[in-house]
Amino acid sequence: MTSVEEKFEESKRLGLQIVKESEDDRLMTLSVGPQHPGSGHFRFTIKVDGDYIVYCDPDPGYVHRGEEKMCEYRNVIQNIPHLERPVIHDSNNITYSYSLAIEELVGIEVPRRGQFIRAIASELNRQVYTLYWLAIYGIFLGHSTMFMWPAGDRELFIDLLEALTGARVTHAFNIPGGVRNDVPEGFRDRCIRQIRYFEKRLKEYEDIFYNNPLFRQRTEGVGILSKDDATKLGVAGSVLRASGIPYDIRKAEPYDIYNEVDFKVQYMKTGDSFARSYVPFLDMRESCQIIEQLLDKMPKSGEVRAKLQPNPKGPPGEAYRRVESGRGALGYYVVSDGTPKPYRVKISVGSFRNMLALPFLLVGQKLADMPAVYWSLNYWPVEADR
Amino acid sequence: MSSEKKEAQKKPSSKPVAEKPTPPAVAKPPAPVAKPAAAPAPPAKEPDAPAFEKGLVDEIKKRFGDSVKIVFIKRLRIKVQVEPKDIVEVATFLRDTMGFDHAESAGGTDYPKDNQIEVIYHLGSYGREDLAAHILSLTTRTSRDDARLPTLINVYNSVEYHERETFEMLGVYFDGHPRNDRFLLPEDWADIPPLRKDFRIKGR
Repeated sequence: MTSVEEKFEESKRLGLQIVKESEDDRLMTLSVGPQHPGSGHFRFTIKVDGDYIVYCDPDPGYVHRGEEKMCEYRNVIQNIPHLERPVIHDSNNITYSYSLAIEELVGIEVPRRGQFIRAIASELNRQVYTLYWLAIYGIFLGHSTMFMWPAGDRELFIDLLEALTGARVTHAFNIPGGVRNDVPEGFRDRCIRQIRYFEKRLKEYEDIFYNNPLFRQRTEGVGILSKDDATKLGVAGSVLRASGIPYDIRKAEPYDIYNEVDFKVQYMKTGDSFARSYVPFLDMRESCQIIEQLLDKMPKSGEVRAKLQPNPKGPPGEAYRRVESGRGALGYYVVSDGTPKPYRVKISVGSFRNMLALPFLLVGQKLADMPAVYWSLNYWPVEADR
Repeated sequence: MSSEKKEAQKKPSSKPVAEKPTPPAVAKPPAPVAKPAAAPAPPAKEPDAPAFEKGLVDEIKKRFGDSVKIVFIKRLRIKVQVEPKDIVEVATFLRDTMGFDHAESAGGTDYPKDNQIEVIYHLGSYGREDLAAHILSLTTRTSRDDARLPTLINVYNSVEYHERETFEMLGVYFDGHPRNDRFLLPEDWADIPPLRKDFRIKGR
């Protein structure tokens, strides 16, 4: 056995340079993703000092498709099918604000029944997205039941949307001027039946998951985002509402018929991972109420979309319209130069904004808390990359 | 279940067919002025600009005078344009005095005809309830050949990634931004910034 001194002498004889251990040697760099199943199509580099994360650098772009550039080559209607690709689970919401922006630019008035139908479709679609997110959140915290249940109950809403739009995901249902088709026969009863059932299930979710002491210990007090920081970082959606800011586009800037709907903005004040995971759950419960109200108030008959010119175009101008999606405010900035093709389309999505909170929250956390923080941000990599 | 589904699929498919033959002769004139009922945001011209938004603009005007150019005032939307050298000062004023406490997004538009790139910041407010629905678009323009702008990262932390994206997509260098580098594009990207108008998608 050679001692350290002997090794040192040996290396001096060989002309090797001995360097004292520096701060950097203590740190280990880890690459999380893009193949890691827990990160989605997204990579971030973290450095750990023992158990603690001291550095985090997100590296998105693995699923960047250039949606904004593609928009400049197609006319406004042709853009719909590819614009919903970033979030196929929430495709009604991502095409919703696009439709609103185009309607403002072209000057289309949506029939009242059409407004109701697309509000119902987007509420249903938000449930689909939130359940999918909840399933992933459950499995990455080691709760396999919470993967199975939401993934199963998601089918309820997928079936409803299939009946309504004809497709399980990627519905291409919202178009400037209304929706593609009317609701099918018996949709209302079926919808209410499934919503009632789902409300019962939500109670069970709460019992098995949110009141689970293990889940609570892993999330409560982990990754606290204060109200001020939330404002400074400009986060959106459930992340924002979990930090004590009751801001919901449906309330703040009601679009279509949302000013006729009676609902409360769900929010919490603690700002930790638990609050961020609980707010979407509260939203789902509120959303059930909204859907029932919308079904009740919907006009019994009437047009579902405005008549469009073959290639809708308006005068040169610009519009910025937002809706509340599953991941927060989803805005479209559309510039038109008077031709049927948009001159510039900028998609401002909640995921991209919430990504800024990731390094902010992860630094100082334990490595084992990384999934609890990361998924609580309600981050959808494909949407952030666009 | 299956019969219900079939029913469901039959219904929607029959509807559009019935509507299709209606000739597009009734196509509306594209001018929305003729139809001011466009539900959420009626197009407003300068004279009948909404009062609240007018008040906000007056406040900015009072402080900065002619160095701030008002592009439009619509319901819930205001767009102002400033010179690059003034943008930090104006943004600080908007944040501290007017209550626009965060930037929702930042992006840019290429205007090769003017040889300019317009960078736009959409500012919103979480703090002031009466501003919750409002978006103030703060824009500035820079030359395409030497696209450089001061960063707003010290005013609005939330623009960090948006400016980085604007750098790689439009080639606007943000002075003072810690990282003007690759973000969404592949690491081996070796072409002009893709959102510039002279970048063409292959085959189109």
